[in-house]
Amino acid sequence: MNAVLSARNLRKCYGDQVVVDGLNLSIQRGECFGLLGPNGAGKTTTLRLMLGLITPDEGELQLLNHAVPQQARDARVRVGVVPQIDNLDPDFTVAENLLVYGRYFGISDAAINARLPELLEFANLTGKRDVKVPTLSGGMKRRLTLARALVNDPDVIFLDEPTTGLDPQARHLIWQRLRELTARGKTLLLTTHFMEEAERLCHRLAVMDNGRIISTGSPRELIEQNIEPQVVEVFGEQAEAWAGNHAALHAQRFEVSGESVFCYLADAQPLLRELQRHPELRYLHRPANLEDVFLKLTGREMRE
Amino acid sequence: MNKRYYAAPQLSLRFIPIWRRNFMVWKKMAGSSILGHLADPVIYMLGLGYGLGGMLPQIGGTSYIAFLAGGTVCYSTMNSASFEALYSGFARMHEQRTWEAILNTPVTLDDIVCAEIVWAASKSLLSGLAVLLVIWLLGLSHSPLSLWIIPLAFLVGLCFASIGLIVTALAPSYDYFMYYFTLAITPMVLLCGVFFPVDRLPAMLQNVSSLLPLTHAIDLARPLLTNRVPPGFMLHIAVLLGYSLSGFYLSLVLFRKRLSQ
Repeated sequence: MNAVLSARNLRKCYGDQVVVDGLNLSIQRGECFGLLGPNGAGKTTTLRLMLGLITPDEGELQLLNHAVPQQARDARVRVGVVPQIDNLDPDFTVAENLLVYGRYFGISDAAINARLPELLEFANLTGKRDVKVPTLSGGMKRRLTLARALVNDPDVIFLDEPTTGLDPQARHLIWQRLRELTARGKTLLLTTHFMEEAERLCHRLAVMDNGRIISTGSPRELIEQNIEPQVVEVFGEQAEAWAGNHAALHAQRFEVSGESVFCYLADAQPLLRELQRHPELRYLHRPANLEDVFLKLTGREMRE
Repeated sequence: MNKRYYAAPQLSLRFIPIWRRNFMVWKKMAGSSILGHLADPVIYMLGLGYGLGGMLPQIGGTSYIAFLAGGTVCYSTMNSASFEALYSGFARMHEQRTWEAILNTPVTLDDIVCAEIVWAASKSLLSGLAVLLVIWLLGLSHSPLSLWIIPLAFLVGLCFASIGLIVTALAPSYDYFMYYFTLAITPMVLLCGVFFPVDRLPAMLQNVSSLLPLTHAIDLARPLLTNRVPPGFMLHIAVLLGYSLSGFYLSLVLFRKRLSQ
């Protein structure tokens, strides 16, 4: 076994509420593993359990061959964390943030200063070395947080929604960096609710809802196992009425969401021919993606 | 009830990098910080000492301002430690999420709470030292024993930082701290002999006073400034240490609860 992280039957309750409910998970060295789920699915709690920051009510956890939470401190020596909400030190410059954070790992100032240029370059922040944190853009702050997570040259990096709130340019840069880390053999565990992010980055995924893993596999496997390969989205005021009469005839499955109808099918041709006779409806034909899987597995209703 | 919350504190030297972090932040605004620590207590001491003192007879063989000096050293140290543990501590725990960032490293909550207390005590030591310096410069004390004020100020800092962190651990927001200052700190200033001898209070209030840590701090500081060994100093030190250790433990338990939610 080459598991960097394994969880067996992990369970965590807050009062009557079961937040993590019998979670089993094993992550291999060098893997980029994605934990997907709607808000409140238990993703962040799972990460906190794995870092040993909270204690499970039941179950066993091993991180880098250390029992967690008992030996979590030893495990965290080799772990980097990018939290969901930025917690950089606002009183410090970019370089000072890295220096101070490295000290928490017991790294000498000389060793951190020697690594500094490399870290700054990785984060595209070389020119911002002596700039204070509050003047950085959102994307720069995220990159600094990523660089900070690498200050101890970790084997495993936990990333909790690493690109939430970023614009596309900033997001793509982060993605590129995360791919570089996997190429270097780092193990990544990231939570996200961006399906595109999961599809692009992750070797394997687990879809989580109500504290449980409901499906797991590579992005391609998840799509193959859970959903019909083709999707036709139909839009328009009459879409719902049309769906009631025709969608069921040609599609294996369809869902109505507002003025849109999502038809899932193996062969789209009969449905597309049918749509030719309804010029009042607009439609989009595309292959099924991870978002379709996600919505099928976790439902379309809002989570707040 | 969760047993893990009540486990004995596990201390390690990993608290030192946190202390250094706070020191680094402090250095950036040392000027205003020192001025704040110094100006307020010294203005009080001089204003009341000379103004009010002019109308008063001597107290226990010293001038009123010399009497006031012993109280001022302690209450200035207490204030400084309390502000640091409450406002700055809350900012680091809650607003800036500094603790959250630190907890992702091999540092534990026990180390963080220990660092907060030692840091607040260090900062308040500076306040005590600043007042002591003014006392020496004004010639209010010529006592070699007054050098003991330096370790005493550190102990007083530990004591009030520990108690203050209990309040921080319970606080939903900054507004909550007003209760502590109004209901604990201000009465302490008036009951513990900063401005007048405790024996002027009614017997009932004297009993209350004898339970409060500031009283014991002042009972140590005042004789030291007049070059006397404080009577019963073992008891006073024990009380301050007792408050420090129980405050540390209780605040740690409360932080463990709060941060495991």
